[in-house]
Amino acid sequence: MSGFFGWLNDQFLRMEWLSDLVTYLLVATGLDVASPIGGSVHFFIYDVIKIFILLSVLIFAISWVQSYFPPERTRRILGGYSGIGANVIGALLGTITPFCSCSSIPLFIGFTAAGLPLGVTFSFLISSPLVDLASMILIASIFSWPIALTYIGVGLVLAVAGGTLIGRAGMENQVESFVYSAPVHDGEANMSRAERFRYAKDQVTEIIQRVWPYILVGVGIGALIHNWIPEATITALLGQDKWWSVLVAAVVGIPMYADIFGTLPIAEALVGKGVGLGTVLAFMMAVTALSLPSIIMLKRVIKMPLLILFLGIVTAGILIIGYIFNSITHLFL
Amino acid sequence: MIIKILGTGCKKCVALSENAMAAAKAAGKEAEIVKVTDFAQIAGYGVMSTPGLVIDEKLVSSGKVLTPQEIERLL
Repeated sequence: MSGFFGWLNDQFLRMEWLSDLVTYLLVATGLDVASPIGGSVHFFIYDVIKIFILLSVLIFAISWVQSYFPPERTRRILGGYSGIGANVIGALLGTITPFCSCSSIPLFIGFTAAGLPLGVTFSFLISSPLVDLASMILIASIFSWPIALTYIGVGLVLAVAGGTLIGRAGMENQVESFVYSAPVHDGEANMSRAERFRYAKDQVTEIIQRVWPYILVGVGIGALIHNWIPEATITALLGQDKWWSVLVAAVVGIPMYADIFGTLPIAEALVGKGVGLGTVLAFMMAVTALSLPSIIMLKRVIKMPLLILFLGIVTAGILIIGYIFNSITHLFL
Repeated sequence: MIIKILGTGCKKCVALSENAMAAAKAAGKEAEIVKVTDFAQIAGYGVMSTPGLVIDEKLVSSGKVLTPQEIERLL
């Protein structure tokens, strides 16, 4: 049975047929896929097609699920829990809600105005861009299932722990006052099946239109690392034995605004060159969880001390996760 | 009448404002379309998912790009 599932995994998720097909076509045009140029071209074509196919299918499926959880419903569900349970539910709901950090600010305002605890809202805010089902399946496709599940697991722990710490800090007065006075609408539109279909289809078009440049750039950089930059150069800078590798990954990744889907091919190429799993995880988390545009937007709704606390907790979490995983990389690869 | 489109400039907001314009034209109504892009103001309408549609200061939809026909019914 495991052989059968392995085959399914290889063909549908890793799309080995596509890799073989690209190899076949490149060889037919006289390109040697073992050469650096041929290898780069193969990596680029195969990864771009694979990511776009997976992404379209995944976004459609997840948007369908998401259409059952409009923000009003999420808020009502969260209002029914208290203590750490609320943080856990907040982090879990974050995995099925928006892919984009641009929608998190209206959510923050809506949740806070309705009286949800600050810590619960932050659990949701940390988890929402960081972990989602689409990135889990893409990580499984590019790396493996254990790595994908681990990424989701530590992402959720970071969201729950981060939110809990922020909740304990008693910073309710560090939120701009207009947030508390925003009106709360509880109207929740019921969608028909046709509307869910349209919503899911629109999400696919919209997200693909937004992320395709990041994916092309990401795969391009990945192809470059994969075949042109010597392994010695990469490991000298980011090798597992270098104490600063996780730190460099986080510092480079935090201000970057990119999509997890564009970051994955870079991560894939880096792991192939002997960079530690923890370093790569830290890079992916830093890119997705925090970015300069989202920090600037957050600054409009929360005051500096709370912003610094939020950035500090998330950064510290990413560094801890990175160092822990670098010390146990051998369990996964 | 005044139609407000709430959103921070995403593609959906542009689509919604075009549909609103078409709807007003089809209904033969004089409508002024105003784009509201400021967070504080958007929050002031209690909207959590953009784009939002406000007709004469009343929030009629959020998180959806309504078709011109759907908007016409709301006018």
